[in-house]
Amino acid sequence: MKHNILEICYLIGSITFIVGLKMMGNAKTARKGNLIGAVGMTIAIIGTIFLHDNEVSPIIYGLIFGAIGIGTIVGWMTAKKVQMTKMPELVSMFNGMGGACAALISIIEYSHMQHALDSVPSMGEITAIMAGLIIGTVSFSGSIIAYLKLNGAMAKPIRLPKYNILNTIVMIALLAFGAYMVVTGGNMTLLYLLFASAIIYGILFTIPIGGADMPVVISLLNSFTGLAAAFGGFLYDNKVMLTGGILVGSAGTLLTLIMCKAMNRPLSNVIFGAFGGGAATADAGAETNGSIKDIGVSDLAILMNYSKKVVIVPGYGLAVAQAQHVIHELELLLEERGVEVKYAIHPVAGRMPGHMNVLLAESNVSYDKMVEMDEINPEFDQTDVVLVVGANDVVNPAAKSDPSSPIFGMPILEVDRAKNIIVNKRSMSAGYAGIDNLLFYDPKCSMFFGDAKKALTTLVAEIKTL
Amino acid sequence: MEEILNLVSVHREMIYFVALSIFVGIEVIGSVPTVLHTPLMSGANAIHGVVIVGAIYVMLNVDTENILALILGFLAVLLGTLNVVGGFVVTDRMLEMFKKK
Repeated sequence: MKHNILEICYLIGSITFIVGLKMMGNAKTARKGNLIGAVGMTIAIIGTIFLHDNEVSPIIYGLIFGAIGIGTIVGWMTAKKVQMTKMPELVSMFNGMGGACAALISIIEYSHMQHALDSVPSMGEITAIMAGLIIGTVSFSGSIIAYLKLNGAMAKPIRLPKYNILNTIVMIALLAFGAYMVVTGGNMTLLYLLFASAIIYGILFTIPIGGADMPVVISLLNSFTGLAAAFGGFLYDNKVMLTGGILVGSAGTLLTLIMCKAMNRPLSNVIFGAFGGGAATADAGAETNGSIKDIGVSDLAILMNYSKKVVIVPGYGLAVAQAQHVIHELELLLEERGVEVKYAIHPVAGRMPGHMNVLLAESNVSYDKMVEMDEINPEFDQTDVVLVVGANDVVNPAAKSDPSSPIFGMPILEVDRAKNIIVNKRSMSAGYAGIDNLLFYDPKCSMFFGDAKKALTTLVAEIKTL
Repeated sequence: MEEILNLVSVHREMIYFVALSIFVGIEVIGSVPTVLHTPLMSGANAIHGVVIVGAIYVMLNVDTENILALILGFLAVLLGTLNVVGGFVVTDRMLEMFKKK
């Protein structure tokens, strides 16, 4: 009886996950979709705790409720308090927690199996345990490195010599080790050794990848954790873990590929890296000729005030400088003066696809003012001023014109079609891809140097005086 | 070889289940606008927190004498909860901003 009700709980859970994810694909229903998923999850968790056939000692219940209680409070507080710019690293952190959870389950189940003398584990079970352990652990240590990288604690990609070959060898060794455990059954010492190797591989896997590619990595590790959860479901013949896990595994993989496509780079390129290294940087700067102009705040204020149409191109630099609010202020001020203002959002602006929209929405920028790349590109011809704030690679014309450029082929915002281009940057340093930007040498382009927040604040003040 | 074939045969329902779920996952993501990619990733992140069900299951079957297993199980449930609660709450925060003014 209890068991049947539990199965129904799991069925409800599985369906809410699918429906919830589907609803999250639409801006109108997204929030409700997330809520539905959360409700399904709660049902599955409560069902698992209470609809149980065995006698369970109160100590165990105490521990379960204690863990859930602490986890809920800490998770809730962290998620509520985090700044929106710090969100990607938080997602990475939570993902790592899930991976670690899957790995711990495998370790306990394995030791359980070693002690149970009466039953011989099937090959399927051991495979599920080993796969859950390896994937969960790699996801865990990889996510922690991704967290540290986004956090700035480990900003520079660290590349051991021949890291591609090294990583491939370690990966093959890890898989072989796992297979060996499945075939021979192994023992506890070997299991811990496997655990340690998986941690090392997760670190090696993530460490050479540059900061700009972290979202792709997080998305990939996200689908890894999904897989690890699915193996857990396989182990316990638990349908809700299977559905949830596989759903995230396949959806996460697809999302990863979509992100790569937006950057016009194959996934292998992200993982094995060909970006931001020394070789590509050297010759990219060679062809730049012409000079860089800069523009003062009063000239810029006049230019913008008397424009018909202004398009703002925000990049992560804007968010880092916490300038979302002042840019919104600028937008309102210009609109008041009869200027049409829009935001051009590149698919990979910010730290994750869609991240820039979230950051702008946080400072009350209206959703329909944010225009996606394909829609805004034809509009640049009629645009008087493009204001690029804290963005770089996504407006680099080299992506279209220079086949030797590492970002060649990446779709960009074609800001060079506008009448005037203003670039706000702190300095002349290169963007994440580590290459020079031909746009800055465009005769129509002027640089507006300074920290985004300070520079825009003075700009707003200047326009107000006009 | 025969062992593997047996494995496939024994778990064939499971294998169907897995194959179909993969397609559901792809279908669900298929036509999502770029603006929703980050919340979606975060939402998916919360959903794989379902691994906590496994952690609870382990705890319910663990031997109270086995202190190490108790500690590891406790940690697993704790980490799983962090994944679930943190994941859903942070996703909600992101999506909250998309509401129409």
